[in-house]
Amino acid sequence: MNGSPDRDQRDPCLDESLKEPTDSIIVDIASRVITPFILLIGLYVFFHGHYSPGGGFQGGVLLAAGILLLRLSLGVAVSQAIMPTRMTLRLAAGGVLVFLGTGLAAVFLGGNFLDYHYLPLPGLSPEYLRYYGILLIEVGVTATVMLTLVAIYDELLGC
Amino acid sequence: MDWMIEFTLFLILIVGALLVLGVRDLLVAVVTLNVFSFITAAIMVSLGAIDVAFTEAVVGAGAVGLFSIVAIRRTSRRSED
Amino acid sequence: MKVLSYIVLAAFFGILVRAIVELPPRGDVSSPVHQQTNATGTPVAGAYYIQNAYRDTRTPNMVTVILGDYRSFDTLGETIVVLAGGVACFFILNTRRRKP
Repeated sequence: MNGSPDRDQRDPCLDESLKEPTDSIIVDIASRVITPFILLIGLYVFFHGHYSPGGGFQGGVLLAAGILLLRLSLGVAVSQAIMPTRMTLRLAAGGVLVFLGTGLAAVFLGGNFLDYHYLPLPGLSPEYLRYYGILLIEVGVTATVMLTLVAIYDELLGC
Repeated sequence: MDWMIEFTLFLILIVGALLVLGVRDLLVAVVTLNVFSFITAAIMVSLGAIDVAFTEAVVGAGAVGLFSIVAIRRTSRRSED
Repeated sequence: MKVLSYIVLAAFFGILVRAIVELPPRGDVSSPVHQQTNATGTPVAGAYYIQNAYRDTRTPNMVTVILGDYRSFDTLGETIVVLAGGVACFFILNTRRRKP
């Protein structure tokens, strides 16, 4: 990102420098240290959404930020281990399917669409059925938001 | 007393928007846009909407800045305007 | 063109200042948004949510209850919109596997 004059003349589709690992050892070590904490904060925001500000969307974006930091610093090839590119959009669609499946399960068991009172979780009072129903759909929202952001980044780079 | 804090935040917001519009280097514009997002989040906190502020801070600073930087790398860094 | 954007920003600043000057104080119980019925006498849904959110779901965060339970169909549409954006980016930007 030093603004070299020949960058603008080159074909942008041939610019592969964003896919390669960084040259700076400081950026390399710092991103490796920071990333687990970003992922942990994302999980905290997601699971603590019942008690404090947060929830599926914000936790998903934080988890995506952790993965994208690895994509930026270590290169696309190395960071495939934490989330492969070909799995991103499929798992995002899986998140929507978790959401829809929660709603349709309530329909098939006799209630309205997304009525968590009818979910087949044994041994729970109706209030806690609703509690865990909210948690289930938050899982779907989190997976969709996080993996869609990672997929958009990968498609932006993969020229 | 409440409105003085918000007035100051709105003033910084407008100055940030002027900087985003006026600057020629698009990378500087992206960083200033992140500052704009954070000021918006602070306004939301002062209005009592913590969830909206959280979403604004996370999306405006994380996702928008990252994707804009990648887009600038794929195109050109200088503005033609 | 630049002058026009400055004029628009100045007008926007005027609207914002007008808005914050006219706002009721925080937590004012007599402000119109905190009433149980609106101006035409119909009951407001927010009063029900505030009174019954914890009793229905045992979740202290009322925003999560409204987004995830009372208005979960909205959240479903929002999630599908996010996924549609990702799929649209996939089809627009993916030139590798496209057959000529």
